[in-house]
Amino acid sequence: MSTIAKSVALAGAVTAAITAQTIPAAAMEKEKCFGVSLAGQNDCKAGAGTTCAGTSTVDYQGNAWTLVDKGTCTEIELPAQADGSARMGSMEELDRDLPQG
Amino acid sequence: MSVDQTHFRTALLDSAAAVPSGLSDGAGRPAGGRFSVYRNNVAVSLTEALEDSFPVILKLLGEENFRAIMGVFLRAHPPKSPVLARYGADLPGFLEAFPPLAHLPYLADVARLELALIRAYHAADSRPADASILQSLSPDALLQTRFTLAPALELLRSPWPIHAIWRFNSEEAAPKPSPGAQDVLIIRPDFDPEPVLLPPGAAPFIAALREGQPLGPAHDAASEAAAEAQAEFDLTQCLSLLLSAKAITDIHSGTTP
Repeated sequence: MSTIAKSVALAGAVTAAITAQTIPAAAMEKEKCFGVSLAGQNDCKAGAGTTCAGTSTVDYQGNAWTLVDKGTCTEIELPAQADGSARMGSMEELDRDLPQG
Repeated sequence: MSVDQTHFRTALLDSAAAVPSGLSDGAGRPAGGRFSVYRNNVAVSLTEALEDSFPVILKLLGEENFRAIMGVFLRAHPPKSPVLARYGADLPGFLEAFPPLAHLPYLADVARLELALIRAYHAADSRPADASILQSLSPDALLQTRFTLAPALELLRSPWPIHAIWRFNSEEAAPKPSPGAQDVLIIRPDFDPEPVLLPPGAAPFIAALREGQPLGPAHDAASEAAAEAQAEFDLTQCLSLLLSAKAITDIHSGTTP
């Protein structure tokens, strides 16, 4: 494609994208709204430190934990990627030296 | 006798270490029990912080596995900053290098996606540029036009279907992920970040724009990348996404020769 034909095609694509924005920006404005979420239903997208952490009394570092396939890892089966890395299986036992408490 | 910071901190992160001697409570009695409570709460609160920040990793691993693994992580990578929302930046690298998780190689990129969502949430606000100015430019000037993109925008490229894995674990009735590489753009049109799956060519296009390359070269890079994937780059679709996401915050039009 010649440079001129290319730039014209590009301009057409840009115009199409702009005209596709039919909703005026003002109609889509949202306002910040605090304190309206029901308990436990607020979207926690702010990450950690925005809730009251540290109230539990049991250390999670127990080393007597038994491994249970509770996660959804086991529901996701992905064949090996192009590089030949392993197909994932179920959660295997974590035999690494977990800290002893 | 007093306890120095180094000794105190070391014992805080190692539950096998002895309680530092020399600690006393208000009445001058030994405070070893209190130290144990504090040591415990440090580990628990950091684990809970990681649960808040990585809900998909939590679901993928399951609660019990997650907590055990985070117990190892938080002791190897204690917070470097008092801003807890930023805690966990080292987690993707840790997950990658943690031998027991070697059979789940996509975990690190899923963690990177969750971190990017938090960064997008806390990124500076911005106002979208008026795109109608583009229609007044000549095709040649358009090729030379550069864009400033919103600070909240985050781009991720993975050999794994990270968007599908994220959706499967975040949305009701989302389809099961199938294998394949996925590019993800995190947009924040208003106040909540949202991961969007990108079509072929879009990621190199957006990356080029963000580097300050003009529309012409960015379009070339996108077309080449799409061709490699036996697809065609759709500029209208990609620009529509950026405009509706309020992701273009400034337009520097090229000069017409």
